[in-house]
Amino acid sequence: MENKLCIENVSKVFQEKNATVTALQNTSFCVAESEFVTILGPSGCGKSTILRIIAGLEEASSGRVLLDGKEIKEPGKDRGMVFQAYTLFPWLTVEQNIAFGLNVAGRSRSDQQDAVKFYIERIGLKGFEQAYPRKLSGGMKQRVAIARALANDPEVLLMDEPFGALDAQTRSVMQELLLSVWDESHKTILFVTHDVEEAVFIGDTIYVMTARPGKIKARIAVDLPTKRTYDLKLSDQFLTIKRDVLELIREEAWKAANANLPEG
Amino acid sequence: MILLAMQKWATAKAEITRPLYWSLAAAAFALLLLVWSVLTYGGHVPPLFLPAPDDIVKAAVLLFAEFDLMQDIYASVLRVTFGFLLAAAIGVPLGIMMGSLKVFEAFFEPFLGFVRYMPASAFIPLFILWLGIGEIEKIAVIFFGTFFQMTLMVMDVTKNVSQELIDTSYTLGVSKRSVFWRIILPASLPGILDTMRITFGWAWTYLVVAEIVAASSGLGYMIMQSQRFLKTAHIIVGILVIGVIGIIIDLVFKWLYGRLFPWMGKGGAA
Repeated sequence: MENKLCIENVSKVFQEKNATVTALQNTSFCVAESEFVTILGPSGCGKSTILRIIAGLEEASSGRVLLDGKEIKEPGKDRGMVFQAYTLFPWLTVEQNIAFGLNVAGRSRSDQQDAVKFYIERIGLKGFEQAYPRKLSGGMKQRVAIARALANDPEVLLMDEPFGALDAQTRSVMQELLLSVWDESHKTILFVTHDVEEAVFIGDTIYVMTARPGKIKARIAVDLPTKRTYDLKLSDQFLTIKRDVLELIREEAWKAANANLPEG
Repeated sequence: MILLAMQKWATAKAEITRPLYWSLAAAAFALLLLVWSVLTYGGHVPPLFLPAPDDIVKAAVLLFAEFDLMQDIYASVLRVTFGFLLAAAIGVPLGIMMGSLKVFEAFFEPFLGFVRYMPASAFIPLFILWLGIGEIEKIAVIFFGTFFQMTLMVMDVTKNVSQELIDTSYTLGVSKRSVFWRIILPASLPGILDTMRITFGWAWTYLVVAEIVAASSGLGYMIMQSQRFLKTAHIIVGILVIGVIGIIIDLVFKWLYGRLFPWMGKGGAA
């Protein structure tokens, strides 16, 4: 498969008061078209930094990011993003939030309405079109955020712990929902998480990162069927992969915990 | 039973019923009236210092009927509105720019922060010297009294727009230029309107200061004249009228807030 997105020798160094902190060192990997990649790492390992650099919201200290062979310099609608924090625009209704990107791009009203109708159905929020975000639960907000990003039809969807603030049950439902939406669109997705089970359940490929300074520790191809439902989480096949990944991440989690660095 | 009820209202931040809320609010006014009546009708305070409630009502009727109080109200409202709108017309856009662009903040913030501590009333002699004693001088006092605070408050509101919303909008195709009206403006509008509501109250304070010195009309002038002729009841009517107008304007702002920002929760949280 062709490489959609390539991260080449990307490093990120932050300047703090009297010290330079290396958040990310010499990270390189490529994501294929339509691949669902999860990036798994302990707190503060720089996994969110990778996404922010790909999104163009932060500059790499060195190295470069290529999307379809072209170097990324600034944010753009070709790289949609879903954040952990609730980022729906509170002054817009669910409908207007989903149509936001198309509206910015100056697309016609009927295009916007079509997209809204399509995604409202997919995320199961029929009847909430006119609601303002404050009326929605956390899970609903994230569903709308995903719909908003997808409605803009990005080349790559970046997801920065999007279910991190949700309770375990909602989280599980959201994972299945995301997979079902992905099953239709087959977008290229980069999904950052610190939850091993989540990384295994939704990803085709997992990159495990080391504790800060972060770099890729291992690449794991997840050999599970493409159609996945929650009961898969109890299968031996799933548990074997989960155990392997846990083994890899445990050591890093200890390092991160002992380093006592703030989350980031 | 009573003990249980007491525990409920004594719990920090616990809600109370609306009838109870409004009964308590009315009770505060009733209590004021009661104390006032006891002091005046009971003969504990001479009418020169504090006239009885019915004297105030009579004075109000007289002022509206014979002394053309409406004319004074009109003059005052006009001044406040002009001074305030002028301050808002410059202060709101400037505050938004200061809150979003560091270069604006660096240039204006220390300067405005410095001037804001200079009392507007102390500038009245200078304003009279520069601008005379006409309308422009009155408006200048109100402008001076509200502009600096308002601008700094709008700056703070704008600064508090979540960076995450701005980042999100960039990933959805919003440009660095249109982020102002796509995100920063709609996100800070409720805070800006709230700032206007608060500073409008201050504009009234400065109006009276401006009208007490060198004016020939307006509520402040009326109050000053009444003092000269020891018409205590008239002074109190003047103060009450300002209070009533203030409350009306406050309600108008609150109504506007509800109409313009249906997406905001009660109490202002998004």
